[in-house]
Amino acid sequence: METNEVYEKLKRVFEDGIGEIKTDVPVYPFFFVSADKINAVSLFLRDEESLQFDNLSCLSGMDYDKDNLAVVYHLYSYVHHHKLVVKVVIPKSNPVVKTVSDVWAAADWHEREAYDLVGMTFEGHPDLRRILLSEDWEGHPLRKDYKVPEFYKGMKVPY
Amino acid sequence: MGILNKLDNRVEQFESGNIIITSADKLLNWSRLSSMWQMFFGLACCAIEMMATSASHYDLDRFGIIPRPSPRHVDIILISGTVTLKMATRIKRLWDQMPEPKYCLSMGSCANCGGPYWEHGYNVLKGVDRIIPVDVYVPGCPPRPEALLEGLIKLQERIREQSLAKKQA
Ligand code: SF4
Repeated sequence: METNEVYEKLKRVFEDGIGEIKTDVPVYPFFFVSADKINAVSLFLRDEESLQFDNLSCLSGMDYDKDNLAVVYHLYSYVHHHKLVVKVVIPKSNPVVKTVSDVWAAADWHEREAYDLVGMTFEGHPDLRRILLSEDWEGHPLRKDYKVPEFYKGMKVPY
Repeated sequence: MGILNKLDNRVEQFESGNIIITSADKLLNWSRLSSMWQMFFGLACCAIEMMATSASHYDLDRFGIIPRPSPRHVDIILISGTVTLKMATRIKRLWDQMPEPKYCLSMGSCANCGGPYWEHGYNVLKGVDRIIPVDVYVPGCPPRPEALLEGLIKLQERIREQSLAKKQA
């Protein structure tokens, strides 16, 4: 199933929860989903007979623009052999998005990584701790406005 | 057996043949440089070259270098790869647990100076010599096994020059 067909299908069920679709992009076509609906949409994408997106290939966090962060979901169906890209955009002032770790277990560590490096929180995640950096690290390094600390535990950080 | 060979003509002066004369320094240094036990420890891509050096083709074993799983057993630590700040605290701790005399070989650009991450590596220590003293640096990204072997032979040369009487720098 192509992205626009999936989009039409979701639009009928979730209405306002589904944002606009972008097809004339240099990357794979994608559409937006609102932050509080992503869990329900994911469950639908996984369980609906004609969709069956049983595999979360990748979940990434990104510093989207000046005021927003984003989470990108790459999905694949081993049943129907089709794929899908979904984005959730959230404001930097309140970067909260519903977890999908209960839909795809693979999302558990991916969400911890996105939280660790970009700094959005995943509501309902069972164990949202840093996964790569030390637990006492301050800040989220993949934010564009991140400043590298001068020292960490007495070790000089810049070259 | 370098030292023993050099002493051959002196050994012959004794009839029983079971006595050799040498200096404590030479004997100690010879035994130390012939059994540099290594910390069983690797960090990033450089560790793959280190493993290749340990394997049968390059055979570190013939220098008496064997990996040991406890810092309390070892003489040298090979810092083979990228030292993240998270790992740096652990490396310091391992180093502090190693008994004297101990030596450190820094392998590859990452351990020497941060390597490819020198500018944007927010979590990379720009050189392991910022936390522990390094005896030999081996450049490369990664260094080939031949380069690592040369570094280890350089370290042996350093140990050969040591003396109990004069304090180590
Ligand atoms: S020096 Fe190069 S090969 Fe070695 S750990 Fe760093 S990046 Fe990897």
